Amino acid sequence: MSLSAKDKATVRAFWEKIAGKADDIGSDALARMLTVYPQTKTYFSHWKDLSSGSAPVRKHGKVVMDGVADAVSKIDDLKSGLLSLSELHAFQLRVDPANFKILSHCLLVVLATQFPGDFTPEVHISMDKFLAALSLALAEKYR
Amino acid sequence: MVEWTEFERSTIADIFSKLNYDVAGSNALARCLVVYPWTQRYFGKFGNLYNAAAIMGNPMVAAHGTVVLHGLDKAVKNMDDIKATYAELSVLHSEKLHVDPDNFKLLADCLTIVVASQMGSAFTPQVQAALQKFLAVVVSSLGRQYH
Repeated sequence: MSLSAKDKATVRAFWEKIAGKADDIGSDALARMLTVYPQTKTYFSHWKDLSSGSAPVRKHGKVVMDGVADAVSKIDDLKSGLLSLSELHAFQLRVDPANFKILSHCLLVVLATQFPGDFTPEVHISMDKFLAALSLALAEKYR
Repeated sequence: MVEWTEFERSTIADIFSKLNYDVAGSNALARCLVVYPWTQRYFGKFGNLYNAAAIMGNPMVAAHGTVVLHGLDKAVKNMDDIKATYAELSVLHSEKLHVDPDNFKLLADCLTIVVASQMGSAFTPQVQAALQKFLAVVVSSLGRQYH
């Protein structure tokens, strides 16, 4: 299920529309993940406040979306483009890759709530494929 | 027995009372057929499903979307025993329709996206959690009678 030229064009065009709100999107997605999938809280036991809109959630949402923005710019070769991020997740963070799917789903939900007119089925499929490819590249160095 | 909080019960009732079953049903089913094209395998008799525009405009898809939402309505009205409520529907999907139960989750995710688009900021993380819990119970109940 690799990204076609049309997928890449769709992702780039949609990203341009949403990039201005990236920080908001990231922290909303993270907050949703922690609420809807409580098992993900296990990775953040070092945070004092896990509620929506809290400082650590907002800050980390931005970090995550900066990563997604980077991936959009490297969409033609995600595997090599995200190599160091993959090493970080594999060797230091050791996040179970099943969680990438969970966060991706939460990101899509946020896009639906914030951009209902633009998040058409065609955009949805390309974004879903992109996030899946991103997740795969992120898991590259795990084993 | 699934335990529902007051918040979950009222949230589910509220979401479904505000949904136009025709619109939400057809949008969710069409979106599922576009985003997860392999699900089209169950709709060989539905005519033109060649591209997203054709799927979104297909009247048979729209009609069937309504059927699905009315099926969900049964669960909304029987939240305390969704498993029993869906026993027959589960047998139907297994024995007659031969639907891979993994597909139920795909359609549930598309419905979540459709509800999210409609509700916007009112679709808070807590509301999302309630809807996803409800849909997970529905999905599980639909898969119960597969052997």
